[in-house]
Amino acid sequence: MKRLNRVVVLAFIISTLGACSLFKTNGQDGAGDGTSGPDADGVTTQGIEAGGEFMGIETKGPGGSRDRYQGEKPWNDPQSPLYNTVVYFEFDSSTVELAYENLIATHAEYLAAHPDLNVIMEGHADERGTREYNIALGEQRANGVAKMMKLQGVGDVQIKVISYGEEKQVAFDHNETGWSQNRRVEIKYPQ
Amino acid sequence: MLIKNPILLMLLIPVFLLPPVLHAGLTIEITEGMEGALPIAVVPFGWQGMEKTSPVDFAAIVAADLGRSGRFKTLPQKDMLSMPNNAARVQFRNWRVLGQDNLVIGHARETGSDRYVVSFQLFDAFRGEQLAGFSFPATGRELRGVSHRISDIIYETLIGEPGAFTTRIAYVTGEGAGDNKRYKLQIADADGYNPQSVITSREPLMSPAWSPDGLRLAYVSFEHHGPAIYVQTLRTGKREKLAAFPGINGAPAWSPDGSQLALTLSKDGNPDVYVMNLISRSLRRLTKSYAIDTEPAWARDSKSIVFTSDRGGKPQLYRIPANGGKPKRLTMEGDYNARAVFSPNGKTVAMVHGNKGVYRIALLDLSSGAIRILTKGSLDESPSFAPNGSMILYATNDGRQALLSAVSADGKVHQRLVFDSGEVREPVWSPY
Repeated sequence: MKRLNRVVVLAFIISTLGACSLFKTNGQDGAGDGTSGPDADGVTTQGIEAGGEFMGIETKGPGGSRDRYQGEKPWNDPQSPLYNTVVYFEFDSSTVELAYENLIATHAEYLAAHPDLNVIMEGHADERGTREYNIALGEQRANGVAKMMKLQGVGDVQIKVISYGEEKQVAFDHNETGWSQNRRVEIKYPQ
Repeated sequence: MLIKNPILLMLLIPVFLLPPVLHAGLTIEITEGMEGALPIAVVPFGWQGMEKTSPVDFAAIVAADLGRSGRFKTLPQKDMLSMPNNAARVQFRNWRVLGQDNLVIGHARETGSDRYVVSFQLFDAFRGEQLAGFSFPATGRELRGVSHRISDIIYETLIGEPGAFTTRIAYVTGEGAGDNKRYKLQIADADGYNPQSVITSREPLMSPAWSPDGLRLAYVSFEHHGPAIYVQTLRTGKREKLAAFPGINGAPAWSPDGSQLALTLSKDGNPDVYVMNLISRSLRRLTKSYAIDTEPAWARDSKSIVFTSDRGGKPQLYRIPANGGKPKRLTMEGDYNARAVFSPNGKTVAMVHGNKGVYRIALLDLSSGAIRILTKGSLDESPSFAPNGSMILYATNDGRQALLSAVSADGKVHQRLVFDSGEVREPVWSPY
C-alpha cells in the first residue's frame, strides 16, 4: 500500500538521520513540533499528570544525553522534549506527517536508550464514520508511529499498541476544531 | 373470584404493595409520521381487582406501541364518546362516526395472589366483526409484556406482518467524564421501559451483538487494557472471553444459526475478518489484504459475508463467500459505505453512507445495487433492523448530544428516542 510505503520511507529517513546525529532534536524545546499542529491549546496534556512526580534525580542515558532528561519521569516535565506525546493526523489517514518526525525521533531515542521502559501507543480517531472502522484506523495510526520508533532502535516489546477508535475523545465539538484534536496517537509513558 | 375472607385478604395485602412503577430510561417521540396511517381506537381496559386501578395501563401501552410503528393513528381517549369494555356494549356506529376503522377493547381481572387474566378483542368497526380476541393469564411482572403481545397481534392482524413490540433493544451509554466516565451496556424493552445494565465499566464497551436465539450478547470490552470479545448469557450474567489476541478484537457478528462468530482481528498484522467456530473455537481467516477489513455481517442464507474494506482507497462494502474466496465490491456511490447489516428478508443491507462529510443511514438493494438514503442527520451510524424489518434503529447526534433514532424501512416515519441522561449509541434490536 502506498500509505504504508510512505511511512516506511519516512521512518527510514528518520532512522538514518537519527544515526548520523543523535542530537538532531536538541533544538527542540518544550514548544516543539508537538504543539505546532492544529491543536496547540493544551490538549497534549490529556491523561498525563504533569510535574507532581518530579524527583530531580539525574539519569544517565547512553550517548551522554544526561542533561536533557532530568528527573525520574521526564515525560511529565513541561520543559522536557519528551513532554509532547501526541501525534495528529489528517482525516481518514494514517500517514505520519513530516512535522512530527522530530517528536517521534525524540521519543525513539529516549526509549532506545531505556530498553526497560515500556510505553503504550494509543491510536484514536474522530467521531466521523463507523466505530469499528475507526478502531482499525486508530490502530493503523498507532502502528505507523510504533514502526517508525522501532526502526530507530526501540525494542518490539517496549511498545504496546491499543486502538480506542472514537471511544475516547478529548474534544467534543462536532466540527474540524474538535475532530482534528481527536485524530491522534498518544505515546503513554508509565505514570 | 375475589377473596371474601377478610383474614386472607389482610395476608395478601403485602403482595399488592407493588413495586414502584419502573422509571423509563427513555421516551420515544415520533418526529415525522406517515400519511395514510390506519385509524384505531384503543379503549381503556376494564379492571376488576383489589386496587382501584390496574397495575399497568394496558390501553396506553398498546396505543403507544401502535402509534410508534407509524402504521397507526390512535384516537385520543378524550375524543372517545364511550369507553366500553365488553363486546355487548360496543356501538360500532359511534366509532364509525369518529372515523375509526378499528376498535380495541379489553379488561383485566385479578384472579389471585399476583395472578391476572387480561383479555382483549379487536373489531372491524365498519363490519362490526371481531378480527381477533385473546385472553392471557399473567403475573404482575408480565403485564407490560402481555400488553406488547396484544400490540403484536393487532399489528399482525391488520398489517399482515408480525409485530416486534415484545422484542428488546441493547445499547451502549456513556456517562460522566474523565476518571468518572462510566460505560454501560444496557437492555430495555422495545418501548424503552425496564432498562437494565448488562455490564458497567470504566473502559469503553462496544459492538453489542445479539445471538440469534436472543439469549446472549457478544460485545467488545476494553476493561483489561485493550479490546477483548466476550459472550454473556443474559439471564445468568455469566460470560466467557472468546477473543483476546494482540491487537484488535472487534466487530463480533453471529452466523444466522448461532454456531459461528465472524470477527475482526489484527493479530496477523492488520485488521482482517476471521470466523470462529463457537463449538471447537477454531479460527479461520476469511480476508487477506494489507488494507482494513472489518465489520462483517452474515447474509441470511449464511453463504456469504459482507464487510467494510478500504482496499480500494476508501471504505466500501465487499461481499465474500463465507467459506472464503474472492471478495466482490458492492458499493460504488459515495465516499464512504460501511458497517452493513442485513434486512430480515436478506434482500437489502442497511449501512452508513458518507458523502462530502455527511454520514447517513442508507439502504443498499443487493440485486440492483441502488442506494436509498433514509436519514437526515450528519453523524448517523450503527443501523439495526427490527426483527420484522419494519424499522431501523440507529445512533445520531443532534449537535448537542448522542441519541438514538428510528426510521421506517421506507424512510417515511421518523422517531427520536430521548434518554434521561448521558450519551447513547450502538443500538441493536433483539431477534424475536
